[in-house]
Amino acid sequence: MSDGQKEEGALQIRRLHGQGMVLLRADPKEEKLAPALKAVCGAAMPAKRRIAAGSKGRQLAWMSPDEWLLLCTSEEAPDLAAKLSRRLRGCHHLVLDVSDMRALFALEGRLWREALARLSPADLSPAVLGPGEMRRTRVGQAAAAFWESAPGEARLVCFRSVADYMEALLENAASSANAEELGLFAG
Amino acid sequence: MSMRIPKGGRLLDRGRRLGFSFDGRRFQGLAGDTLASALLANGQLLMGRSFKYHRPRSVLASGAEEPNALFGIGEGAFHTPNLPATMLPLDDGLRAESQNRWPGLKLDVGALNSALSPLFPAGFYYKTFMKPRFAWEALFEPVIRRAAGLGKPPRAPDPERYEHLYLHVDLLIVGGGIAGLRAAQIAAASGLRVVLAEQSHFWGGRAPVDGAQINGAPADEWINQTLQALEKAPNVTLLQDCTVSGVYDHGYVLMEQRLGGAGGQGGTPGRLRERLWKLRARRIITATGALERPLAFAGNDVPGVMLASAVRDYLENWAVAVGRKVLIVTNNDSAYRTALALEQAGLEVPAVLDARARADGPLPQQARKRGITVLTGRAIAAVKGRGRVKAVQLCRQDGSGDVLETIPCDAVAMSGGFSPVVHLWSHCGGKLLWDEAQAHFRPDPERPPRGADGAGFVIPAGSASGPMSTPEVLADAERAAARALAELGAKKTARAAPAKAEPEPEEPPLAVWVMPEQAPSKARAKMWLDFQNDVKVSDIELAAREGYESVEHTKRYTTVGMATDQGKLSNINALGVLSQALGSEPPKVGTTTFRPPYTPLSIGAIAGEARGDLFQPLRKTAMHEWHEAHGAHWEPVGQWRRPYCYCRPGESHADAVIREVQNTRNALGLLDASTLGKIIVRGPDAGRFMDMLYTNMMSTLPIGRCRYGLMCNENGFLMDDGVVVRLDEETWLCHTTTGGAEHVHGWMEDWLQCEWWTWKVFTANVTEQFAQIAVVGPNARKLLQRLSDTDLSAEALPFMHFTEAEVASIPARIYRISFSGELSYEIAVPAGRGLKLWEALMEAGRDLGIMPYGTEALHVLRAEKGFIMIGDETDGTVIPQDLGLDWAISKKKADFLGKRGQMRPEMQRPDRWRLVGLETLDGSVLPDCAYALGEGRNGFGQKRSIGRVTSSYYSPTLGRGIALGLVERGPERMGEVLMFPANNGTSSVIPARICDPVFYDPAGEKQNV
Repeated sequence: MSDGQKEEGALQIRRLHGQGMVLLRADPKEEKLAPALKAVCGAAMPAKRRIAAGSKGRQLAWMSPDEWLLLCTSEEAPDLAAKLSRRLRGCHHLVLDVSDMRALFALEGRLWREALARLSPADLSPAVLGPGEMRRTRVGQAAAAFWESAPGEARLVCFRSVADYMEALLENAASSANAEELGLFAG
Repeated sequence: MSMRIPKGGRLLDRGRRLGFSFDGRRFQGLAGDTLASALLANGQLLMGRSFKYHRPRSVLASGAEEPNALFGIGEGAFHTPNLPATMLPLDDGLRAESQNRWPGLKLDVGALNSALSPLFPAGFYYKTFMKPRFAWEALFEPVIRRAAGLGKPPRAPDPERYEHLYLHVDLLIVGGGIAGLRAAQIAAASGLRVVLAEQSHFWGGRAPVDGAQINGAPADEWINQTLQALEKAPNVTLLQDCTVSGVYDHGYVLMEQRLGGAGGQGGTPGRLRERLWKLRARRIITATGALERPLAFAGNDVPGVMLASAVRDYLENWAVAVGRKVLIVTNNDSAYRTALALEQAGLEVPAVLDARARADGPLPQQARKRGITVLTGRAIAAVKGRGRVKAVQLCRQDGSGDVLETIPCDAVAMSGGFSPVVHLWSHCGGKLLWDEAQAHFRPDPERPPRGADGAGFVIPAGSASGPMSTPEVLADAERAAARALAELGAKKTARAAPAKAEPEPEEPPLAVWVMPEQAPSKARAKMWLDFQNDVKVSDIELAAREGYESVEHTKRYTTVGMATDQGKLSNINALGVLSQALGSEPPKVGTTTFRPPYTPLSIGAIAGEARGDLFQPLRKTAMHEWHEAHGAHWEPVGQWRRPYCYCRPGESHADAVIREVQNTRNALGLLDASTLGKIIVRGPDAGRFMDMLYTNMMSTLPIGRCRYGLMCNENGFLMDDGVVVRLDEETWLCHTTTGGAEHVHGWMEDWLQCEWWTWKVFTANVTEQFAQIAVVGPNARKLLQRLSDTDLSAEALPFMHFTEAEVASIPARIYRISFSGELSYEIAVPAGRGLKLWEALMEAGRDLGIMPYGTEALHVLRAEKGFIMIGDETDGTVIPQDLGLDWAISKKKADFLGKRGQMRPEMQRPDRWRLVGLETLDGSVLPDCAYALGEGRNGFGQKRSIGRVTSSYYSPTLGRGIALGLVERGPERMGEVLMFPANNGTSSVIPARICDPVFYDPAGEKQNV
């Protein structure tokens, strides 16, 4: 399907730039942790597999029992990383600006679930992967994470070295999804 | 003569004619036909030849179990081999080709094998081709492969598309017969997420053909109503032409859905041909029905002999009569339905031969009432006719085959009873029960395949669990659905409308494994069990006589059940014959293991989207496009692509490497080192942790300093190496090899999470965060100083130090380390600015003679310096001491990973192969991996070897071949000359002298400036 023929509401894949990311590793039982994150990100600690909205468009994602990822603009990332590290002074932690480590994609169109179901073993049903849920999983043969960013829209991150592969993979799945709606995630 | 009859055919659309071709001949069929029914309707009984004896064969069955009627479909790149005609919906323009024949289907040279069949007994391959050994590959195998073998693979890449699709559901129901539909109807009302998958192109299974009545009307009515309701249910997904291929642990299920025609005929580039569903189901109901078993009588493979149920299917579904005069042979009541249906359609049924002594159930009585001759205690002694059935000789079942009478007929419908399809139940470990009354195996409800919670996750329903009559099948499906819903915690329990059927009493079958019981051996050699692989009763009995007791061994020895149909019709019969031959019983002998796939999966479906550009992820550094644009010849390194060298127009790879090496030694080289692993280790216990990971001392490394380190596994073998940087009091940066980054990071986490969980250490793999560029050569400092205000002089930044600075206005870390022996810096910047830095360096270094160099030049530069490379000098059996790296092994530390392993006697042996340099006497380049010849022979009678080449290059710097190698007591033998075989097909040898592994600048003057 050429661009000119794209139907209204068809799924489109876009690569986004300028996303900042700060990696945090710490003991979840550390008392300073939640206040530090609240102060720097404006978000409450996300529960397992969740992604929480913070202030100024920042987000905080649960990555593993002792790892979180702060999403912000790439400009503010070094600063936020330094601030976070300062607030955690005295407790064992690791904070790094990793804004260049990953590529970010927008999947725009309500068929994003059917497209990703062609690539990922994760359960994509809205009941399981609803708003505020982020899934770290496999997409094609590469590691990735995705979440619903707005109704009918998702964000996906992967490592930057496989960005071209991921883009081609997503485009391919999107064209399959656009060609035939299976209605798997309607209800 | 098979033919279309004027009326009937519940699946046909008589208004739509479809043209198709078979071996180049043109035929017509009707919409709704399968390829099998359309061929039969055209009187084309001969459809293929058997694998081993090339016997003429027709279709035997009507479904996925078909062993004979396999075709190559489509032409050129669209060709698909080995598709069963019974599963192929006819499409206009379909092109089918018969297989396994040469030069033609009617005249086949390979049929000679049949005449020689006494020479091809069970285990023929094993017995015949033991010796001489070379003859197997050179002579026997090619000939056998040409004569045997099924379809041919297509010659060009498949232009159609395939895709995978993952779905998580509560309940998967396999099989769209009345049991599956009934279970789905009940589950639909629960609101749970349900998928119902049917392998064929139509719904309802056998029930409508067998005349089942539901709620007082023909089954078709109930089936249609139920389907309409299910189509409207938003929580139910109906999948047609979708074969469940395998059931795996944790409710994982693989299903192959054939789209747009169940096999692909003409072909359209880019069309989606198959979808491979990868389901996670919390519960699976297998409503997979039952398969009719053939009977083993002499000549049961002659075209025109078919399963009685298939004869009925062709008649009712597609209005095809397989013959005008059809003899029935059975051991049970169900085959009488075939007799009655044929009689009803105005065809002749000369007799029903029933192996049982009595046949007084309602169906036999009805047959007699309609004037059909029923002969009990009778069997077939032989089928007459070669290309097709001409007559049948009958005899007593309890005798040895003395012919009582010859009945002319043109088809035989046989029924050996029904076996539940237990494959999916069994894939994950579900066990079976032997049902003596029905003479079949069925699922043992007490021993289901169990999930992680200990509960059974597969529930059989309908005929697949044993019951064969309509009311029992429906009731069993209701039970299965109720159980599934209860176990899934379904809240809504809206009652599905009732589905009632009248009882269909049948008398029990008689287990008949050989017909007649006392058949002579000559007859047994004509009784086929496995039709596709040509395995006969005599083969199984021979195996038993030769001592085979295990059914699994017998299977492999005789090849029974090993063809593409995986013995769907043959396994139980073969087991019956084997148990009889062993004087045992079927439940004691047991079945062979049921393994996925249920039917063959196409390679395209398995590959899915992973082809062409999407075959594998290709990892690219930030400078990848630049390399591409500047003549990079790529080398795969893990999933990365790295430039091997940069070729100028007209330049060979070898010349490019020489140029790059010389330029780097004499002027200035630039290397993209971004792929090297970079792992941050931080915490109060990080120093202690680093001391355990590395063989040398890392905790004492001063801040701002770099140190080369070795990592070993628990056995002491060298695993990875790289430069460690002390960033601050609590933080170390570990550089790893390109291929080792993920593994080393996983290794660190493994130790931290599983062994040393109290240690306060965090790690992060930041390989992808940084682009790293090595600036190498005498002009390196001059270049960097042009782009940075920071003092990079030898005093300010000595060798093995690092600093943070801006380079080309980009914040960077500059490590003064060298893997080439030259003055060298590695500069790490955020990956997003890697290309900018690279271009700035190239620009600013133009008058300094800057040139990029690739991995091969890197290898040559390091080999000239005697630096080892993980994967060249190591292979998982090499310890650091073998490589003369004792200096990097701490004597002070109490422990490190690998320390204890290195103390074992094998590692302490004085005659271990150790690293040396090798220089050929004539200056030539030694073949890579060549072995050094020793005196005498080893324990296997092979020439003894005393060393091997681990790296070998032409050194542009020295103008001669250089090599590194591991040699027995190597460093003690300096100056000795070893012989290496030349890799040129002759017995000539290349003499090379053992020397120091550091070929160039042993004092290290060039890097220390």
